[in-house]
Amino acid sequence: MIDWPLVSVIIFLPLIGALIILFIKEDELTSINIKWAALLATLGTFILSLILWLQFDYSNPSYQYEEKFRWFDDFNFFYHVGVDGISLFMILLSTFLTPLCILASWNNIKKRVKEYMLSFLFLETVMIGMFASIDILLFYIFFEAVLIPMYLIIGIWGGNRRIYASFKFFLYTLLGSVLMLIAIIVMYRNTSSMSIEFLQGNYFSYNTQLFLWLAFFASFAVKIPMWPFHTWLPDAHVEAPTAGSVILAGVLLKMGGYGFIRFSLGMLPEATEFFIPLIMTLSIVAIVYTSLVALAQTDIKKLIAYSSVAHMGIVTIGIFLVNQQGLEGAMMQMISHGLVSAALFLCVGVIYDRMHTREIEFYGGLVQRMPLYATVFMIFMLGSVGLPGTSGFIGEFLVIVGAFKFSSYVVIGAAFGIILSAVYMLYLYKRIIFGTITNNKLADILDINTREKIILIPLAISVILLGIFPNLFLDPMRLSLELIITNYEIANAK
Amino acid sequence: MLNNIYNIFFIPEIFLACSSFVCLLFGLFLKKNAFRQTSNLAVFVLLLTILLVYYDSESNFANYKSLFSHSSFINFFKILALLGSIASIIISKDYFLGIKLKNFEIPVLFLFSTLGMMLMIASNNLMSMYLAIELQSLSLYVAAAIKRDSISSAESGVKYFILGALSSGILLYGFSLIYGFTGSMNFNEISFYLSKYDNLNLGLIFGLVFVMVGLAFKVSAVPFHMWTPDVYEGAPNSITGFFAIVPKIAAVALIYRFCLVPFENFYLEWSQIILFLSIASMFLGAIAAIAQSNIKRLLAYSSIGHIGYILIALVAANDDGIKAASIYMFSYMIMNVAIFAILLSLKVKNEYLINISDLKGLSKSNPIVSLSISIIMLSMAGIPPFIGFFGKFYVFIAAIEQELYVLSVLGVLASVISAFYYLRIIKIMYFDESISEGIINFQISFQSKIILSLSLFVIICFIFYPSLLINISASLTI
Repeated sequence: MIDWPLVSVIIFLPLIGALIILFIKEDELTSINIKWAALLATLGTFILSLILWLQFDYSNPSYQYEEKFRWFDDFNFFYHVGVDGISLFMILLSTFLTPLCILASWNNIKKRVKEYMLSFLFLETVMIGMFASIDILLFYIFFEAVLIPMYLIIGIWGGNRRIYASFKFFLYTLLGSVLMLIAIIVMYRNTSSMSIEFLQGNYFSYNTQLFLWLAFFASFAVKIPMWPFHTWLPDAHVEAPTAGSVILAGVLLKMGGYGFIRFSLGMLPEATEFFIPLIMTLSIVAIVYTSLVALAQTDIKKLIAYSSVAHMGIVTIGIFLVNQQGLEGAMMQMISHGLVSAALFLCVGVIYDRMHTREIEFYGGLVQRMPLYATVFMIFMLGSVGLPGTSGFIGEFLVIVGAFKFSSYVVIGAAFGIILSAVYMLYLYKRIIFGTITNNKLADILDINTREKIILIPLAISVILLGIFPNLFLDPMRLSLELIITNYEIANAK
Repeated sequence: MLNNIYNIFFIPEIFLACSSFVCLLFGLFLKKNAFRQTSNLAVFVLLLTILLVYYDSESNFANYKSLFSHSSFINFFKILALLGSIASIIISKDYFLGIKLKNFEIPVLFLFSTLGMMLMIASNNLMSMYLAIELQSLSLYVAAAIKRDSISSAESGVKYFILGALSSGILLYGFSLIYGFTGSMNFNEISFYLSKYDNLNLGLIFGLVFVMVGLAFKVSAVPFHMWTPDVYEGAPNSITGFFAIVPKIAAVALIYRFCLVPFENFYLEWSQIILFLSIASMFLGAIAAIAQSNIKRLLAYSSIGHIGYILIALVAANDDGIKAASIYMFSYMIMNVAIFAILLSLKVKNEYLINISDLKGLSKSNPIVSLSISIIMLSMAGIPPFIGFFGKFYVFIAAIEQELYVLSVLGVLASVISAFYYLRIIKIMYFDESISEGIINFQISFQSKIILSLSLFVIICFIFYPSLLINISASLTI
């Protein structure tokens, strides 16, 4: 195995990149250096994180690459990081998407390039750190620190209503996460431990669990987001710059799902059992309602934002089925959504960069001028719909298979949502890609250039790879998920 | 144990008192640069006093046992107050010279008020406590009104004086009731006397309430906070800085000692009062600050909010609470030193910055300054990874240890509301398009720069090595 602190290096490499950038003076000529430095730092992080995957021990359900240092003398807080099957792909998703984000903002971020890159590198550090932490306090610190760069990214480089959106995003998420802080302290008080590994036994009385569960729910339900806590999301997505939306949809929403698996399922099994009907109801409402809302949108980004909420509904159903298919499906759906929605936002970014509008009505007939674009867009659109052979299918299929064990009503709800997703995505595709060009401004629009190809093609490949070889991703996470399910069943059998 | 009569001069308070007089005379006889030299001397004196406090031994206190007490908690807060005082003298030097307020009395007033604070923190007797409070307050009244040709400064001084005198009167009345019903002024004797009873009688409850009102005024807890925004606004910025940084430290230590020493067995009686003060301060501090356009008023409400959190730790009334209070107070001091070091060096069109909206465009003209302000604001809002988060974190640990779940939830909710106005400052600096660029000047002296860098370093890097402060504060006994 690896005898150097690989996880810490992955966590802090972007931060080191940020420190280097801090000392590059920004002007017209050097802003390209800043971009390259950011790109190299994030690419380096991605390559290192691939080592995590290659060296990963599939037969070990618990944490690997552990590093543990005493951090606070008076309490049992540790700097404790590691990777298991659940966090592995979340980390990979973050490290994979960040360089693409840097590339996507290569030309369209013109003001304050330095601050922009600093924000992204800091964001990458805290995202990876959050998924890798095994100490809850460390988790919490990273979880909240995510707000800082994201607030700046939306607020400085966002659209017209960026200030409203950034405040809404920050305060909404903060409100959820401070309640989690209380829950974390209560957990610590009861067990004198902050280790996620340790707390995944069942240590809390039933009533305590109910309160703790609600506190965690407040935080993760806002983050993921579940209906009716989703209202920050369309604003944040629409107003954020393209790369901001990519990270928001690609990684930040997954923090909620990840938290549900780790904390709600792992630590509070009995309360989870109690609240499952609530989650299922909210998820089905989310899927159906937000799909219908998506259908009515006139702004492409907003449409994709609402579709995210619907897809996350599938994820929460999958998680709270608490069986092997459901959890694997939820994980796959999260990874797939991370890639697909990120790619869709990037696709929107491509035409937004050219035309500076996101109104669906403005476009039409793009296939005439941008055949290559139409092709990649189609791959992602089908991935979002869940066509077999794309990543979306695996997740949705597994969740529905798992849902049959639970209740056929849930299956009907989820399937209805999937049909609706096909409706709004195909309708969107028809309106902007097909037909003849009616708008004269589109007459000389250019197809995607090399830089955009470099961004979109890896995403397209991974969407298809995920659809054809799901075991590549399912095998590493299987045992970790099984462990959570076993613990859950033992706790509830008592 | 005073073998040698000269030992008496090594008692920090006596040393500080004598040196303050020396400073006064020194300033009086200097012809040129009196203000600057006196300030330097004052800083030097305070540094020496810190050393004396650090090496102070209990034996020195033998003769004053009935009046003053000696403990690690007291020493910690004394050092905190001295550090705050040093920092605020250094950062305000250039400001005073900038507004041509060169009275050498200012550093001397700071010294006397610091002396009052040290006595406040250490006092173990109602009478010494009252005198210490008065020594501290009188110096501050004068300091608030020091800019004699300014109406707002005079107004703030008078306002502070009248309300302060009123609160002192209430305090004194409370003392007289407590003395009347227990027959003693010494904290320990009161505690001993009270330990014989299960309940406080009506007179003592009245006494306790009156004293609490007086102390709440001194820490500016809601509903006795009215003076704070007005005094902060009216006084010259650097005096405001001193008000924000130092007296709160002493007042908080005092309210802790008063609740936990003489009335330690009557937790239920005083905790209800503190509970109310705490919740009201957190929420009023958070909500009222939203509408402020003057940065000093905003910081005044922000400090009211912070006091609310510190009082949560007092309601918890356990060892964790004392630890939390000292960590919180330390972070509060550091953050205020940093923000005032910046405010006292920022000029807009050759006037010192007052309106928050003048910060517009700062991120373009002074990226480092605006980054620093953002970090301080996020830290004050309690967002990790900065030191402000750990202050709040320890407060909530203490509260939950005592099963104060509702109070903790209210506390975090208030912190979300207060995050709004801290974010607003970042928004103004970064998000708003500036109409006029280059009108903001940032000129900072070398010494202030050191103070600013040090405090920023602590704010950012606390997370990497928290044990240093935490081990100290964990060992404190009241």
